[in-house]
Amino acid sequence: MNELAAQHPLLTIVLPKVVILLFVLLTALAYLTWFERKVVAHIQARWGPYRVGPHGLLQPLADGVKFLFKEDVTPAAADKFAYFLAPFLALSLAITSIAVIPFGPSGITIFGQPTPTGITNLNIGLLILFAITSMGVYGVALAGWSSNSKYPLLGGLRSSAQMISYELALTMSVVGVILMAGTFNLSEIVGSQQGFHWGFIPRWNVIGGPAPQILGFLLFFTSAVAETNRAPFDLAEAESELVAGFHTEYASFKFAMFFMAEYASMITVSCLATILFFGGWLSPFPQTPLFAWTHFIPAAAFALSGLALIIHGVRYLTVFGRIVLPVLGIALCSLGILCGQPGVIDFIQGPFWFLLKVAVFLFIYVWVRGTLPRFRYDQLMNFGWKLLLPLSILNVVITSLLIVLTQR
Amino acid sequence: MVPTSYYLVLSAVLFGLGVIAFIFKRNILTVFMSIELMLNAVNLAFVSFSRLLGQLQGQVFVFFVIVVAAAEAAVGLAIIILIHRNRKTLDVENVDSLKD
Amino acid sequence: MITPQIAIFLVLAAVTVAGAVSLIVQRHPIHSALSLIVVMVALAGLYLLQGAEFVAAVQIIVYAGAIMVLFIFVIMLLNAGEEERSNLSRMARFVGVPLGVVFLAEVAFWIGRATSHLGSAPPEAVSTRDLSTLLFREYVFPFELTSFLILIALLGALVLARREESD
Repeated sequence: MNELAAQHPLLTIVLPKVVILLFVLLTALAYLTWFERKVVAHIQARWGPYRVGPHGLLQPLADGVKFLFKEDVTPAAADKFAYFLAPFLALSLAITSIAVIPFGPSGITIFGQPTPTGITNLNIGLLILFAITSMGVYGVALAGWSSNSKYPLLGGLRSSAQMISYELALTMSVVGVILMAGTFNLSEIVGSQQGFHWGFIPRWNVIGGPAPQILGFLLFFTSAVAETNRAPFDLAEAESELVAGFHTEYASFKFAMFFMAEYASMITVSCLATILFFGGWLSPFPQTPLFAWTHFIPAAAFALSGLALIIHGVRYLTVFGRIVLPVLGIALCSLGILCGQPGVIDFIQGPFWFLLKVAVFLFIYVWVRGTLPRFRYDQLMNFGWKLLLPLSILNVVITSLLIVLTQR
Repeated sequence: MVPTSYYLVLSAVLFGLGVIAFIFKRNILTVFMSIELMLNAVNLAFVSFSRLLGQLQGQVFVFFVIVVAAAEAAVGLAIIILIHRNRKTLDVENVDSLKD
Repeated sequence: MITPQIAIFLVLAAVTVAGAVSLIVQRHPIHSALSLIVVMVALAGLYLLQGAEFVAAVQIIVYAGAIMVLFIFVIMLLNAGEEERSNLSRMARFVGVPLGVVFLAEVAFWIGRATSHLGSAPPEAVSTRDLSTLLFREYVFPFELTSFLILIALLGALVLARREESD
């Protein structure tokens, strides 16, 4: 196998990685919708999906089947080419951006070939992510225009104007991090956040280094929420405004593609926020022998959640739940035991902390959606141009001053 | 390794197609887009020569071309909006009141 | 001798030329704009093939991601419709267009002949650090001038496209 991998690295290493990552991403997308509905429901003091499978776990499956079987209505006077291109463009761009994100430290070997954790490790990885984000405006603009109807056109124009305005603040807020790390390579940006101040405070970009990037992080997260058209900036597609904005005239699967594209860009932005500001895959505990017990945290987390699921599942209401939930619990327990094995424990550290931080950011996304009221469109544009953009330029100036002053 | 002459031939073909679009199209926005196509063809030639000669000045000049194209597109599109507002037409053939 | 690099170059070049021809042939300006976006992205791929990675990223972010968005906004706002069929005379259609294609091919052929002695250079990735050193040390004056240019263009576009206050 090793010789085959040495001769055809593309086929034996990259292709399986792409397939596995695509599969994991699409499943994560589906269960992110479940997660959002549950969290927003609990914020609003109700249960959320509860009946389709135990605790609503089969709800994404039911939604997927519904989207596939609905009638696909196309407006008669729509521009056919742009109408079919828009959702395809939105979804493919959103999924492609996962290709440049590193999930763990580089330098692992598969079949004897050193390969990055993640699909690639580009020298301009951050710029490629911004390029993909700026091309994402076309999905929205073309969708709004090609439907040949006034609500989608207005919604599409407003939404794409919002996206290009907040794109400026988004890219400027990251310049502070680039100045401190000195590179666009995402793996190296995480690598520059290693080490601990005074032994126990991690040197993540948000609190460490010569210039703590707190303002940069807040600006980044706010403009990213606006860029992905999520609440409280979702005026152009909210249910109570403008019918449904730019995707009014889209039915069944094409609507599902826009939906998936939005959640995929949420995941991408959360991954980017962890990498740039919160140390990516670095553990918050120092790597000294005193803290060697922290290496067992992934195994303990999986095992404990598996046990809790088993205990809860055997007393569940329906028979189906009493079978499925304990089986899931046993799977999680065995995953926990697997993570405790000597071979796997070093490998699982990086991805575990990375995915934990990404999950925290996704929770913040959903939390913000359930809590804050919506911006009006002129307030939204004022906020982007008159507050966020000058603040991000100020952040660049202060960061460069601090870097110059502390290096002389 | 791709010979530099391949890139230069591609750049020439793109520039020629841009000129053809500039002459033959009647919608003023398409004419404007053909100007952008010509600028892109020139950028390709710049990058190819910069790679051949090993100097980076070519790529620096590509930045300046992109920036100038952006400024020109902004002002040009504003003028097109004004023409549409005053003449209600986007056809190059119809804006001919200075003809005798 | 088709190496993988030459194969990628041929594919990207074919996409570029197809996009440019589509720009000429399409009747609706929005389809022409989409073809131009395809041309720009393919050109970014060609820059990557030559090792100019930062220029490729800037091409997509600025040219394909901002300038073309401006074009598409204006096309949507002005509600540009399909072009009328130009009445090309029979002479133009059957003699002019083929002759034009032949002329373009001939120009391409002679340029290829004249530059074939240049050879090729290996594509090394250009580090952004070197590029920015050159930009901010030797060319800092043109750089500042372009910032003025953008400011002037911004103000000009605002003033020109503003609606007149009716008295």
